[in-house]
Amino acid sequence: MTFFVNFFVAAVLMGTTLMYGTLGEILTEKAGNMNLGVEGLIYMGGSSGLIAAFLYERAMGAGAVPGVSVALAFVAAFLAAALGSLLYAFLTITLRTNQNVTGLALTIFGVGYGEFFGEYFRGVGGGRLQISEAAGAIYSQPLLPAFLRDIPVVGKLLFSYNFMIYLCVAIAFVMAWYFARTRSGMSLRAVGEDPATADAAGINVTRYKYLATCLGGGICGLGGLYFTMVSGGGNWSTGAMDGKGWLAVALVIFALWRPLRAVWGSIVFGALMIMYMRVTQFRIPTEIYKILPYVVTVIVLISISIRQKRENQPPASLGAAYFREER
Amino acid sequence: MEKETAIRLEGITKRFGDVVANRSVSLEVYRGEILSLLGENGSGKTTLMNMISGIYFPDQGHIFVGEKEVLIRSPKDAIDLGIGMIHQHFKLVDVLTAAENIVLGLREKGKFDKKAVAARVQAISEKYGFSIDPQKKVYDMSVSEKQTVEIIKVLYRGADILILDEPTAVLTPQETEKLFAVLRAMRDDGKAIIIITHKLQEVLELSDRVSVLRKGEYIGTVPTSEATAQSLTDMMVGQATVLNIERPEPVNPQRRLSVTGLTVVDGNGVRKLSNVSFDVYGGEILGIAGISGCGQKELLEAIAGLQSVQTGSIIYHSENGSEELVGKSAMAIREKGIRLSFVPEDRLGMGLVANMDMAGNMMLRSFKRGRFGLSDRKSPEVLAEQVKDDLEVVTPSIQTPVRRMSGGNVQKVLVGREIAAEPKILMTAYAVRGLDINTSYTIYHLLNQQKEKGVAVIYVGEDLDVLLELCDRILVLCGGQVSGILNGRSATREQVGLMMTKVGGAS
Repeated sequence: MTFFVNFFVAAVLMGTTLMYGTLGEILTEKAGNMNLGVEGLIYMGGSSGLIAAFLYERAMGAGAVPGVSVALAFVAAFLAAALGSLLYAFLTITLRTNQNVTGLALTIFGVGYGEFFGEYFRGVGGGRLQISEAAGAIYSQPLLPAFLRDIPVVGKLLFSYNFMIYLCVAIAFVMAWYFARTRSGMSLRAVGEDPATADAAGINVTRYKYLATCLGGGICGLGGLYFTMVSGGGNWSTGAMDGKGWLAVALVIFALWRPLRAVWGSIVFGALMIMYMRVTQFRIPTEIYKILPYVVTVIVLISISIRQKRENQPPASLGAAYFREER
Repeated sequence: MEKETAIRLEGITKRFGDVVANRSVSLEVYRGEILSLLGENGSGKTTLMNMISGIYFPDQGHIFVGEKEVLIRSPKDAIDLGIGMIHQHFKLVDVLTAAENIVLGLREKGKFDKKAVAARVQAISEKYGFSIDPQKKVYDMSVSEKQTVEIIKVLYRGADILILDEPTAVLTPQETEKLFAVLRAMRDDGKAIIIITHKLQEVLELSDRVSVLRKGEYIGTVPTSEATAQSLTDMMVGQATVLNIERPEPVNPQRRLSVTGLTVVDGNGVRKLSNVSFDVYGGEILGIAGISGCGQKELLEAIAGLQSVQTGSIIYHSENGSEELVGKSAMAIREKGIRLSFVPEDRLGMGLVANMDMAGNMMLRSFKRGRFGLSDRKSPEVLAEQVKDDLEVVTPSIQTPVRRMSGGNVQKVLVGREIAAEPKILMTAYAVRGLDINTSYTIYHLLNQQKEKGVAVIYVGEDLDVLLELCDRILVLCGGQVSGILNGRSATREQVGLMMTKVGGAS
């Protein structure tokens, strides 16, 4: 039992980076834009957030307020990734470049940006790019009061996490509500399904695509922030975020473009990612464990294409550029 | 009665690159009337209407709604002016319900109340005599239901200028009648209605006035009461066309194909064809008639090797003996040297690759030929040029993607390619759907040429008059069964119509 509870908690902690990335990408893809730059956005968000907090604390010295450090990190992570997405949006929506190629370019750019500035400021910090213990504590301490956390088993499973995890779940619920219950959410889905129809219905296709892409990118950036601050303990380490973005892209498919499925999907993926450390009885090479999330995604892809249920399909015009006067 | 202008166009010009789609077109529609916009394919009808509905922006000219000049920059502007267009390819989101599609994009105040929307949809439906389930998803709907949703969507937005782009192209005769009744009710309600069509019968039956476009230019407007099919055709094509379709006598018919006991069941277990038997002869045109969805598609695809067959056989006869086609893929059939050509209904989906140019599309039939594992690119180009010249395909060059061509030219490319393969059997599905009169005659003529060469031609059609004038024999399908086979020269419209709705036709 204890093993299971600990394993679950570790899976949640591991999966939250993916959850942010997946939710951001779902928002983007619902508007018909396939942004393969998630990997880059996570890097941009993670490095920018950490650097912002680091520079603030360095400038203020002992007078640094931990709360301000956290707020600045949030703004920097979100903005950096949103700006990266804005570049992608301009290229794919306004200039109608190929989305896959542009997304891959954004990944390469974002990873380079993250590694470059991460390493540069590590040099500035004398070999360490990290935030203060006080600020780090804000990220790691549990959000909810002790009496909830002390409930046996359930307390640990559900109420023991830091604020960034609850924030992410809250984003998922808001997104689910937005898609299903609001006019604007319906318009956004229409843009992703059939932009010509949305346009003819009087919806501003370009605006929806830009907003969804930039906001979605910003959310991906928070995934990077979560990784550096929580998983990485507020400490820059080279190449640590590798592959998280790609897993998030796969998880979007696993979640069938549904925010709430992304919540438990990210826990499943988180579990698959840490299994090699926890399940050591069988002598299976760790690489086998690491490919499991992708294998699961392939299985999901196959099963949705066999079952052909319309609600489970990707947004119909995903990946296609829209031009009203196209003939 | 004083006529009140609903919308007026003055000197509208629109160019796409070098092609002038509309040249200085002027048009006026009054409230409480139905105006037919008539013209051949590529005459610029849809382009003109797209400018009113905000899809395209005119290069020159003025648009007046009521008495005021307006600038329509986007579909939203058009909606705000009370203009609603029902496009030929419906603009509906498949995964949303009818009600959701109807309110899509509206900026109504207050909470998004799906119940209130459903109630209002119901009220509109009752007013004009529609029946629609607001909670039904669009992907579950028939074509006619989708059209109903489109019309309600336009009405819900309070449009009083309605544009319908070839609304009857996909409807059965009964559904068409129903639509016309609705349109008349709207006209009597004071709405201005523009209907794009090239079915003369419908123009004469429905509209108050007819405006004619030819090659992007405005030819004129006449009151329907003063028009005849002949006079309208003259305006449309600029020259008198003989309405008779030629039909040479079959010469020395040879049995080419015999289908016996063919039964096809689709993926959902629905029986699409049951126990279908008939023969096809070289040197004749066999027409296939039936209400849409009664098995024509499955029948042709079964013969072409694209549809798996449950029971039955399809035997191909030639000088070198007979060959069973059931169980063979399209490629296997071709490799056996059986020259079978198929002009499918879905031209840009099954027939041609929309993004490829003419030469590339020609190559689809010959890419396996060539040397050293490389495809021969030269001969498809020669063929493309030949088809372009022979069939008078209008396109800037054979390097232009076929999706940029108009419907009639796309069909010419497809038919041209299939005929160039020198088939023994030529199957066509709705070969003239959406084509203008001139192009339709070109197609009939091509089919007759093939017939005279001894090819067995199978012509699936929807226009009974054409079937009765073109075909030597007519096979009538009803619900996947053979309702009967008639002699094309002696059969009557009523006979075929009855057999389409009831197996055997006896009432």
